[in-house]
Amino acid sequence: MNETSQMLVFLIAIPLFSAALLLLGGRALDKVGHFVGTLASGAAFAVGVIEFLAMLRRAPESRAVTQPLFTWIEVGNFNVGATLLLDQLSVCFVLLITGVGTLIHIYSIAYMSHDKDRRRFFAYLNLFIAAMLLLVLGDSYLSLYVGWEGVGLASYLLIGFWNQKPAYATAAKKAFVANRVGDVGLSLAVMIAFVQFGSVSFSGVAEGVEAGKASSLALNALGIALLLAAVGKSAQFPLQSWLGDAMAGPTPVSALIHAATMVTAGVYLIARSHFVFDVASIAQLLVVIVGAITLLFGAIIGMAKDDIKKALAASTMSQIGYMILATGLGPVGYAFAMMHLLTHGFFKAGMFLGAGSVMHGMNDEVDMRKYGGLRKYMPITFATFGLGYLAIIGVPPFAGFYSKDKIIEIALDAGGAKGIILGSITLLGAAITAFYMSRVMLMTFFGAKRWEAGAHPHESPALMTIPMILLAIGSVSAGFIFNMGDRFINFLAPLFHAGDSGHSGHGEKEHLLPPIVVSALALTAVAIGVSIAIAKYGRGKAIPAVAPSDVSLWTKVARRDLLQDEFNETLFMRPGQELTKALAVIDEKVIDGAVRGVGSITLDVASGVRKTQTGFVRSYALWIIVGAVGILGAIAVMSL
Amino acid sequence: MPIENYLYLSALLFTIGAAGVLIRRNAIVVFMCIELMLNAANLAFVTFSRMNGTIDGQLFAFFTMVVAACEVVVGLAIIVTIYRSRRSASVDDARLLKL
Repeated sequence: MNETSQMLVFLIAIPLFSAALLLLGGRALDKVGHFVGTLASGAAFAVGVIEFLAMLRRAPESRAVTQPLFTWIEVGNFNVGATLLLDQLSVCFVLLITGVGTLIHIYSIAYMSHDKDRRRFFAYLNLFIAAMLLLVLGDSYLSLYVGWEGVGLASYLLIGFWNQKPAYATAAKKAFVANRVGDVGLSLAVMIAFVQFGSVSFSGVAEGVEAGKASSLALNALGIALLLAAVGKSAQFPLQSWLGDAMAGPTPVSALIHAATMVTAGVYLIARSHFVFDVASIAQLLVVIVGAITLLFGAIIGMAKDDIKKALAASTMSQIGYMILATGLGPVGYAFAMMHLLTHGFFKAGMFLGAGSVMHGMNDEVDMRKYGGLRKYMPITFATFGLGYLAIIGVPPFAGFYSKDKIIEIALDAGGAKGIILGSITLLGAAITAFYMSRVMLMTFFGAKRWEAGAHPHESPALMTIPMILLAIGSVSAGFIFNMGDRFINFLAPLFHAGDSGHSGHGEKEHLLPPIVVSALALTAVAIGVSIAIAKYGRGKAIPAVAPSDVSLWTKVARRDLLQDEFNETLFMRPGQELTKALAVIDEKVIDGAVRGVGSITLDVASGVRKTQTGFVRSYALWIIVGAVGILGAIAVMSL
Repeated sequence: MPIENYLYLSALLFTIGAAGVLIRRNAIVVFMCIELMLNAANLAFVTFSRMNGTIDGQLFAFFTMVVAACEVVVGLAIIVTIYRSRRSASVDDARLLKL
């Protein structure tokens, strides 16, 4: 049995209480709302650090702690407790969410200082932190579901934070609807788990799987339902279309929710359900396929975007594709996926904050074609963004190198044709990543000034630059620290390698290519990507301030997000509208027709019957007598 | 004389009364025919009382008489009022309660 801790509930309760306070407190709290919100997030981070340090003092096998809160559902033998579980996997998330979350809170104080709804913004941010922590701390799929929906709500509220602009409100709705499709998967998964194992807790399902309670069909169905949920939340193919539009939200939101934390919940879900995917081979294969498609899909979109935030969003999609792909590669993959998730949380959040800083200085301009030469005017933003850039393209010794390189390595080791295909895809993805990120760098910080009239770029205040600097430090060092003596892998090992010989088994495995060759290949791919970008957008190359229209069909398609919206529109939206129209007609003609028909038939019958009312009292008497005789006759016949 | 004959008489009186109600137009006559039907029923009550050796039927005959007396009071008042306003005692002329 796990040890218990009484502190876990505070992780969720503090930001939740703060969110409620800020939302209910009204205008009176406008002056202090942002401090309250930041303090709440910081306090949660402090609790997270204390718990983490306490965890490190325990033996690797007994590091998980639980905190039973109350009995949630009790029906017969079915018992769901509201219990919090902090193990090696959730603690990574807790530190990422509260740590990066707190930095982004600090950043937002300055970023949102001109917004009259800043208090509401911080309330939503705190709500998000609380929901996300519940998501990663719940010990059952049902608790996870509550957090899952909570982050969806917070994401919706924050994407549509400036909902006075109809397009932004629509983007929020789009995100919500796309997430809802995925949520169907999660609710199906909960139902399958309940039916098959009579339990919805992670440990209960894991034991059930181990005991062989479910058929392989049921396990694959469970895996596919979980994958659908992950695909929706993590903006993976085919439910990826909402992420680009989600950039309508304020930039700190994009950094926190749509880069570092919420969109990685899908990876968490798959890693958390590793006991299902390890035995459900079809579902696991689908995970790999989804990851591989998305990592290319996002990368290709990223190449064509001129909107700095959308380019970063496409990159997020692609990087999460890497993580999903890694989780689909079995026990060796989970830890590397988590490692990439954490390093990505640092560098991508840092880059989004950098993008926000650029926008802050450029009158909220997002079109990179109207940037250029900003490195002299925003040196700190340039430096922090640049470090994030080096991290994401995977230049050693920056964070992305360690995590991405490992994923490429295990993809190549997947065995046979699968390994070669996946390895090539991940290498190609690395090259494209290098290309589009270099493009972003060159268009924003280098080259000629293409600013709109009236733009006076300036460095952002310290409240914004300090979080960026801290995240940049993370981008530089995280990979190295995690990878030192396989520290991170060994930290997570007790969770994922419970049955087999653990990481050592991985070490003894035959490699397709030696690691050093893989690294060299990856670096070559990166070098190719960077050189193409420099050749196209580097020194002396004129970048038109308006996107050229005489481009290849391929570019046009990529600019339109590879037609994902058109695809959804023709395949789902239009038929959906036709269906609703048809239902409206059925409602009008059939349902209403039946109701009105009953009424008019009653009326017709009544006006027919009314004719017998002649006013002749003697004819009434005749009817009475006929009736009486009829009844007597009937009685006589019956009694015969 | 067998006691069934009273029942035959009762049936005959009832039939005459019913026919009168259906055939005659004068409200007074119709009314008298109704009285005839009531009394036919009374006769049947009393006969059955006798046949069964119980007192229930006779009791009911008294009830009927009381009701009939009340009915005569109300009915004749209506007929007189209609005659005063319409100068006719024909039931076929009083047919305003229709469509």
